[in-house]
Amino acid sequence: MTRQLRIDFIACEGAGLCAELLPELITRDEWGYPVVTDDTVPDRLRQHARQAERLCPKLALRVGRSSLSSA
Amino acid sequence: MIADTTTTARLLKVAAGADYTAHTSLIGPLPLRGSVRPGRVGPLGPIVAAAGLRGRGGGWFPFARKMEAVAAATGIRPPVVVVNGMESEPLSTKDGHLLATAPHLVMDGAALAAEAIGADRVIIAVPAAAGDRPRLGPWLDDLAAERAARGVDPVDIVVAEGPKRYLSGQETALVNWVNGGPALPTTTRPFKKGVEGRATLVSNAETFAHLGLIGRYGPKWFRAAGTRDAPGTALLTISGAVVHPGVLEVPLGIPVQEVLRAADAIPDPAAVLFGGYGGTWLAGTDAAALTIDPESMKAAGAALGPGIIHVLPRDVPGLLRTAEIARWMETQGAGQCGPCRFGLRALSADLDRALRGDIAAADRLRRRLALLPGRGGCAHPDGTARLVTSALAVFGAALPGWQDSRRQDPGSRLSGGRGSGAGSAALRSGRRGSRVRR
Repeated sequence: MTRQLRIDFIACEGAGLCAELLPELITRDEWGYPVVTDDTVPDRLRQHARQAERLCPKLALRVGRSSLSSA
Repeated sequence: MIADTTTTARLLKVAAGADYTAHTSLIGPLPLRGSVRPGRVGPLGPIVAAAGLRGRGGGWFPFARKMEAVAAATGIRPPVVVVNGMESEPLSTKDGHLLATAPHLVMDGAALAAEAIGADRVIIAVPAAAGDRPRLGPWLDDLAAERAARGVDPVDIVVAEGPKRYLSGQETALVNWVNGGPALPTTTRPFKKGVEGRATLVSNAETFAHLGLIGRYGPKWFRAAGTRDAPGTALLTISGAVVHPGVLEVPLGIPVQEVLRAADAIPDPAAVLFGGYGGTWLAGTDAAALTIDPESMKAAGAALGPGIIHVLPRDVPGLLRTAEIARWMETQGAGQCGPCRFGLRALSADLDRALRGDIAAADRLRRRLALLPGRGGCAHPDGTARLVTSALAVFGAALPGWQDSRRQDPGSRLSGGRGSGAGSAALRSGRRGSRVRR
């Protein structure tokens, strides 16, 4: 099943761990806040995405079920 | 008020003001339909669905689906209905006008919605201090008390006065404030977890007024005005270079041209702003070709928002007006997310510098604009970015050095050169000395 990245932009403080762990999907803007370049998590990156989710100091990153696959 | 064949008064015709007896003699008593099982939408649901009523706060979301979502999310405690009359958009006055003209119609609609979803309370939220507008809270409070004494409504109607701030009308911010928190946006969806953590139906005051009439006259009557996808009438607030600024009610789908004529706008305006401070500028010729409905606006890359139309005066350069709005939007942010904390300030600073001839700032502005949307705690950064992006598309040719900077960046998503308008000459003159050349 496809997984999707979601960021709580109010909780996010721009620590940047997600961009470190998932550079394929997340970059940072000039102030350090995440820019999701692709919110669909391919299977090969699922473990990295999970790790990013766990390590976010604000728990602002969520790897959830894709809204597409549940339709 | 504008009197013209363009307008179709439905809501504004129920102008009984505070007088409840006059109100019911105009349109009859509140058509209650009986209570419902928790988690279900009552008999009003199919009627609203058939009418095709859409929310008038700017989202134009189907109201029947919203009622279903709230009913489905309802737990042990009954849901709550919130009438959003905060009208925090500075270019909008229609909700205040409606609440002052037909307060009982708004309350009727809210009571019908509450009955339909099994809510036990209606909260009418209006601004505490409304600038030069009359304060509505205490007056509405008296009207609600009178209705309670008459036993009109199946639920309690209470009035809450919120802070007058741009974001306090944003629905998550409003609910957060009703719950005792600051009037700042949250990521909690009110339909699931709103007032006191209960499922909460929040909609614009005008939506409930339409509901008050749909409950009485039914879907067929409602659809006699408007388009298939956006039936009914809508309240518009028109301002700027018009002889008759103010609120008018029109059937959805009528040409923008007719609305401009009804308000006696200047002929051939350079540009028209749709949707408010977080809205979209369109060149006058493009604007005139549209009709007043969400689909037509969307096709042109604009949005009607809560029915706001602002005609750019001839003597005001569009970019300067936009820079002024962008600065104000910066001060109105909640500052809870990166785009708001840093992006908005950078945006208005870039625009100011670009206006003074700083080509590097103009380039930076375009880059930052592309990065801002979709990354905020609410849609405030998106709205500001939309406004500035549209301003560059419509008035960009007036930017000093804009043509040079565009030549160096063929990949730009922004189209300059259209409708440079009345402002371009004024902008170029007197600012030439500060133009920066690379």
